[in-house]
Amino acid sequence: MADGDLPTDLASRSTNGVTPARGGNPFASRIGGGGVGLQPAPPAAAAPVQPAALVGSAEPLAAAAPSDAPPVTGAGSPALGTPKGKVRLGDRVLLALTTGAAGFVVVLVVLVAFFLLVKSVPSILDDKVNFLTSTEWSPTPGNLRFGIAPLLYTTVVISILAMILAVPTAIGIALFITHYAPKSIARPVAYAIDLLAAIPSIIYGIWGARVLAPHLVGAQHALYHLGGVPLFKDRNVPTGSLFNGGVVLAIMILPIVTAISRDVFERTPRENIEAAWALGATKWEMVRLAVLPYGRAGVISGAMLGLGRALGETIAVFLILSKVSHFSPSMFSGGETIASKIANSASEFNDPASTGAYIAAGLVLFVLTFVVNAAARTIVNRRKDFT
Amino acid sequence: MTATLTRSARPTVFARPSGARKFKNGLATTLVTAAFLVALVPLVWLLWTVISKGFHVIMSSSWWTESQHNQTQKTPGGGALHAIVGTLEQVALCSVISVPIAILVGIYLVEYARGPFARVTTFMVDILTGIPSIVAALFIYALFVSTFHHLRSGWLVSMALVILMVPVIVRTTEEMLKLVPNELREASYALGVPKWKTIAKIVLPTAFTGLVTGVILGVARVAGETAPLLILVGYAQGMNANLFGTKFQGSLPGMINDEFTNLNTATGGSAYHLDPNGKRVAGGAINYAPDRMWGAALTLIAIVLLLNVIARFVARFNKVSQ
Amino acid sequence: MSSGAVVHFSFTFFAPKRHLLLLASPTERVADEGEFNVKLYRAGAIAGLIACAVVLSACSSSKKDTPKPSSPGGTGTAGGSSAPTAGKPTCSTGKLDAEGSTAQTNAINQWISDYQAACPGATINYNPTGSGAGVTSFTGGLVDFAGSDSALDPKKDEVTKAQKRCGSTPLDLPMVVGPIAIAFKLKGVDKLTLTGEVIAKIFLGKITTWNAPEITGLNKGVTIPPTKISVFYRSDSSGTTQNFERYLAATAPSLFTTKPDKDSSKAGFAGQGKAKSQGVAAAIAAVDGGVGYDEFSFAVSSGLSTASVDNGGGAVELSKDTASAAANAAKVVGTGSDLSLQIDYATKTAGAYPIILVTYEIVCTKYQDTAKGTFVKNFLSYTVEGGQAALAGLGYAPLPADLQAKVKASIATIS
Repeated sequence: MADGDLPTDLASRSTNGVTPARGGNPFASRIGGGGVGLQPAPPAAAAPVQPAALVGSAEPLAAAAPSDAPPVTGAGSPALGTPKGKVRLGDRVLLALTTGAAGFVVVLVVLVAFFLLVKSVPSILDDKVNFLTSTEWSPTPGNLRFGIAPLLYTTVVISILAMILAVPTAIGIALFITHYAPKSIARPVAYAIDLLAAIPSIIYGIWGARVLAPHLVGAQHALYHLGGVPLFKDRNVPTGSLFNGGVVLAIMILPIVTAISRDVFERTPRENIEAAWALGATKWEMVRLAVLPYGRAGVISGAMLGLGRALGETIAVFLILSKVSHFSPSMFSGGETIASKIANSASEFNDPASTGAYIAAGLVLFVLTFVVNAAARTIVNRRKDFT
Repeated sequence: MTATLTRSARPTVFARPSGARKFKNGLATTLVTAAFLVALVPLVWLLWTVISKGFHVIMSSSWWTESQHNQTQKTPGGGALHAIVGTLEQVALCSVISVPIAILVGIYLVEYARGPFARVTTFMVDILTGIPSIVAALFIYALFVSTFHHLRSGWLVSMALVILMVPVIVRTTEEMLKLVPNELREASYALGVPKWKTIAKIVLPTAFTGLVTGVILGVARVAGETAPLLILVGYAQGMNANLFGTKFQGSLPGMINDEFTNLNTATGGSAYHLDPNGKRVAGGAINYAPDRMWGAALTLIAIVLLLNVIARFVARFNKVSQ
Repeated sequence: MSSGAVVHFSFTFFAPKRHLLLLASPTERVADEGEFNVKLYRAGAIAGLIACAVVLSACSSSKKDTPKPSSPGGTGTAGGSSAPTAGKPTCSTGKLDAEGSTAQTNAINQWISDYQAACPGATINYNPTGSGAGVTSFTGGLVDFAGSDSALDPKKDEVTKAQKRCGSTPLDLPMVVGPIAIAFKLKGVDKLTLTGEVIAKIFLGKITTWNAPEITGLNKGVTIPPTKISVFYRSDSSGTTQNFERYLAATAPSLFTTKPDKDSSKAGFAGQGKAKSQGVAAAIAAVDGGVGYDEFSFAVSSGLSTASVDNGGGAVELSKDTASAAANAAKVVGTGSDLSLQIDYATKTAGAYPIILVTYEIVCTKYQDTAKGTFVKNFLSYTVEGGQAALAGLGYAPLPADLQAKVKASIATIS
């Protein structure tokens, strides 16, 4: 498809070309639709168009992918509908409404960034210590001393720990559901996992804090043997450690990453799979040769989405983590994430200067999640070029 | 991909798998199955905990008809009606604002978008998708409370939820509209139907169930959000159906959070409580907070899952996806 | 379009129609299941049925009576905490909102419950968000009165702001005496005596095992195991922390040198910070050798032992009487009807448990809405009079008689 200018948006754009291809290429449509009901029934008003006739026009159709120009329609409507080329009132209204809504979204994001900046910059300028490197946090009005370093460290470490635990497991489950389990098991399980992705995080939080945490103490003690690396050194927090928080976060993002991985694995082209079988591949070799390479981009972006969730998670982490007076890099020690710090201090928002300190922390979180999402987008877009 | 496949096209194609390959295959199968089973444990455990501890609570008749007005952790009874009403109101206001905007943005992106502004919009929707709920809450706080000196109130929560809900619905709408075959549009134009009418009468009805699905999923996404509640509204035990008053309002996540702070119950030999005169007496005191917390949790899960199930059910009737 | 189609068209018959859609919202994989629709239907139906069953059974059963009694307004019927209600309160109807200190939550919830039971038309909401938030809401006009662990601070402009909001003088009325327990869990030991200095050493990490000579020296005849001490403190801002730190600063000035603050982060405590009183109590209960400062009621509900404190005048066990005795030693520093107190943490009075906090209700002398003023007056008249009797069973201490009389006189001036 001559869609040279790949749009920036990963989630939706991947399907751009598909719509025209579907209509334009009866072949793709038939197989994609499983051979049943291949052509969506056109409403009575619409004149039946010979699908075959469109094959030839597949190219121009695709070129008109929505990212750069609306599919056909932009040109078609005024030209045909109104011979004089006059734009109808209804068209103008709808265009204005939709553009206005899009403008609202743009303004909203700009406002979020703007207000976080405006409210935090005075406090950051007034900060007696370095905002980015200090480990202090005491935003007392008049003597503001706050640094984001330990919060940022905890946020990142706990999220990465969650990723390390969740992503391989999620890939395993996704493979199990798509290529190992019998369909009678796979379907309900897949469905259940999708539903689990919708469970609110506060429920993971209360469960993690009240039910799971005591059971994790043993596991944590076993891990103490890992050695003297700073990451494992301090062992002063049995429940409520970063490890404890990371495990709960992992359980929380597991359904999300699984759902996305499953989705891409499921779409592995049958030809690739059959080609692998035909070459005499074992099941694992088939998975390694056909399924995994095909799904890599999707899994990466799913993992990044999970990471974004983990970084911004508030209430579950807030209910679980212990705070420590002296910052320690150990994952068996306690700490606070940016989000849990803000949540824990909500009752302190009674002075613009100290509130500004928390808003500054929120700004850092905003930038962090943005960077992660942007990275996911870049990876996926690049992958798309040669998948 | 072609390259990978070519590489493996060695002369061994029809040979029986060697021992090493068989072993690897077996190992992989074991690992994949193990991953599945291991992951199942916490997820089933979580659901089981909530259901087993909360089910008898939500079975109580007063749970759905009364608030926690007049209740303390030592008095039985009362219900979650105040919290259910609060959550429903907050989410409803949020939906009333989000749904039209998000669907219009979706229409814009699919039917109209072109040029740099389209790219900017897509980019902004992406950013919006990634905004953590606590940041959304902080923004609303900075805007309405710090700047305009509004007092904390239920509708502010709805405002924060709008930020979280819009991108979810925009995405679904976009996907659903793209699934509407172009032949439909072309046929419509060919008959001289103007573009707006084509969108209103052909495109939207075709994708309608898909849009409904998106909305329901958006609602399910925000109904359990807790972070905005911590910052933007107080939790009231009693009924407060006025979303706009500067008063506290109950909500299910707020109720869970509130009861969580009263959970402790000692059992066993060390347990004791105070008699009305402050003397220590052996035996643990009765505490209804855990019941209420798990009950509220189960209620929240039930609402969110029900919405998801409805979404899937509606989606089954989707014309374009079948 | 995913450019897979460009390179190997044949591979894309199963075109990745939506393969990344889920990034946007992971749970929405609904529309494009194509060939799987039939099977999905069945699986979906099963899961759907389960989910519906949970909800429906809940709904339908709501009509049935359940064994669990549900009595709105049933006060203190269970749990042995029933308050001996002295006299019927003077009733007002309408709605009051209050917010603030978490330390008085259980007391005020009990009072609200009792008051509302006696006065059917009355609704009072108390939101335990913390003293700081309570004062802010009060000065902002959001609530009718605030609960606070400290009196309005003139240095922070709180008095002027409150004056402006009321249009009259704001009052700090001491209402609840809350003993702060040094709660611990140690196998085989349920009674311990500590001094301010030893408590400071424990919390600052200078003593790390329970059988340290400083502790055994104070507890002759008690066999103390060599268990490691795990310290827990409050991670959120709290009046409990502030009063505990004031106690340390008063009794162990050489060890505890930081300025007492609601925020524990500058104190340099050893161990772990936990959010809210409940979090601290739960954490102590979970570890053998755990110790922390917490409101008495939370130590009770978690079944924790509480240490006696030797204030220099002998070991004092924590009880409502010893806490009241300490409150009796406090000086009133407020002027006129304002009754802000100065607690003498270093008191050596025999039988006075020195680690207490006094929580205030912050009110206006004159409310713009006179009905509100009367309501506040009626409610607080109840809490200072009949309500005090309910406190002991909840882990608080009643106001000492002298102070109670003063508070009553101040409340009489509210209108």
